[in-house]
Amino acid sequence: MSFIKKVEENGIEVLSLVVAVTIWQIVADKVVHNKFLLPSFYDVISSFFTIVKSGLLFTDILTSLLHFLIGIVAAFVIGIPLGIAMGWFKKTNRAIDPIIEILRPIPPLAWIPFAIVWFGLTHQAAGFVIFIGMIFPIIINTYTGFKNVPKVYVEAAKVLGCTRNIDLIRFIAIPSAMPSIVSGIRVAMGVGWMCLVAAEMFGVSDRGLGYQIWHNYYLHRMDVVLVYMLLLGFVGLLIDRFFRHYVDAKLLRWTAGTVV
Amino acid sequence: MGRVSVKNISRIFTKKEENSGTEALRNVSFDVEDGEFICLLGPSGCGKTTLLRIIAGLETQTSGEITLNEVPIIGPDPKRGMVFQQYSLLPWRTVIDNVTFGLEMQGINKAEARKRVERYIDLVGLEQFKNSYPYELSGGMQQRAAIARALANEPEVLLMDEPFGALDAQTRNILQDELLKIWEQKHVTFIFVTHSVDEAVVLSDRIVVMTARPGRIKEIVEVDLPRPRSRTSPEVNRLRDRVLKLLEEERFHR
Repeated sequence: MSFIKKVEENGIEVLSLVVAVTIWQIVADKVVHNKFLLPSFYDVISSFFTIVKSGLLFTDILTSLLHFLIGIVAAFVIGIPLGIAMGWFKKTNRAIDPIIEILRPIPPLAWIPFAIVWFGLTHQAAGFVIFIGMIFPIIINTYTGFKNVPKVYVEAAKVLGCTRNIDLIRFIAIPSAMPSIVSGIRVAMGVGWMCLVAAEMFGVSDRGLGYQIWHNYYLHRMDVVLVYMLLLGFVGLLIDRFFRHYVDAKLLRWTAGTVV
Repeated sequence: MGRVSVKNISRIFTKKEENSGTEALRNVSFDVEDGEFICLLGPSGCGKTTLLRIIAGLETQTSGEITLNEVPIIGPDPKRGMVFQQYSLLPWRTVIDNVTFGLEMQGINKAEARKRVERYIDLVGLEQFKNSYPYELSGGMQQRAAIARALANEPEVLLMDEPFGALDAQTRNILQDELLKIWEQKHVTFIFVTHSVDEAVVLSDRIVVMTARPGRIKEIVEVDLPRPRSRTSPEVNRLRDRVLKLLEEERFHR
């Protein structure tokens, strides 16, 4: 019942998707007539079920998620404390900022050779490339958030007996900077997801969603390539949705009244 | 006990690029008795806020000394509570969690702290809003919560920096009356910065009138009127007149 109701409510959206898929199917099946150039919707769906049956799909998703997890955890553990130190202590900023400014413009994918040399063909190597992609937005947004902590909150805390740096950081600066940190993480996740595909494609891994795209391209199975492309999109979307839902409900409830 | 003694306080702000500085305060001295309600009044830019911030320990003097109960002030301390002109509630904490903040900093656990601050929230009339976030409150309610937060630490001195400056006239009058009730109930010394003569006359035991920059003490006016004071009685008007004249002289001196 509720499914039908939902379809009714989102009529335009559903219709638009149905029309797009229909056009795709017709163009692929009747016009292009070439599975290599443009697999049809039906081809993609049937390949999808073949992959699901083979059990390969879940290994690939889990592998990619593992790579992503390694990258994001490392970027959190290193990036957030670094951003905090730079935002809170001027001298730390002066010491670290030049290094960051030199490393930051290097595209993360340029690190792939070193990832392989340092870590071999391991999950850590893929995680490292993702880490490189994620760490800079996290550092910079954490730093900016800390720089912009309103002075009056710090002073209010001081006169209430919160005077040590560690307490001011924990009770004032981190919560105050949270919206900025969170938006840095969101940007980082987008970059990280792109790096994931590239890292797995270019030989840092022998499994994963990105790897499969390249592998199946060699096998000329463009229908499977498309399955993995769509999967990457959906998993990325899910991660972002999940994160947004959690963050808005838990961490940023207090910002409901502010205009972002 | 909250005896504050201000001795020969001067403050010069220097900028890095320039050798010359701005003299904000020059040789300011006065004593505040325990439990007294003092207003610092003066033209804008006279250094009254700077003086209050030095008493709070948020700013340092260039020379001179301020003591609380004979102990020199060197930095912020929960014994000296402060209410700011800007809204200073921590926006990520609900009203009650803002009020418990000081107690949490003393190492009292949240549940115990919540129990203890209940009466301060009642005192400022925010029982219904204790679980609201600051953005859900009006300006007047936010300042009430800020007062409760300062009182919850049981300070000896409460410093107020134009706390009602951003509020509309009616809310302002209501909060002034409520503040006096709180002051009568609690045994706390109040030092209140304002640029409003009306506010100073209605609230204080003594008004410290300051000169234009550099801020010095022009005159300390005793307000020997029984409370509650009518805002329009002849005595209040006469006093207001006198204070206004003092301030007007400052305008001509500049």
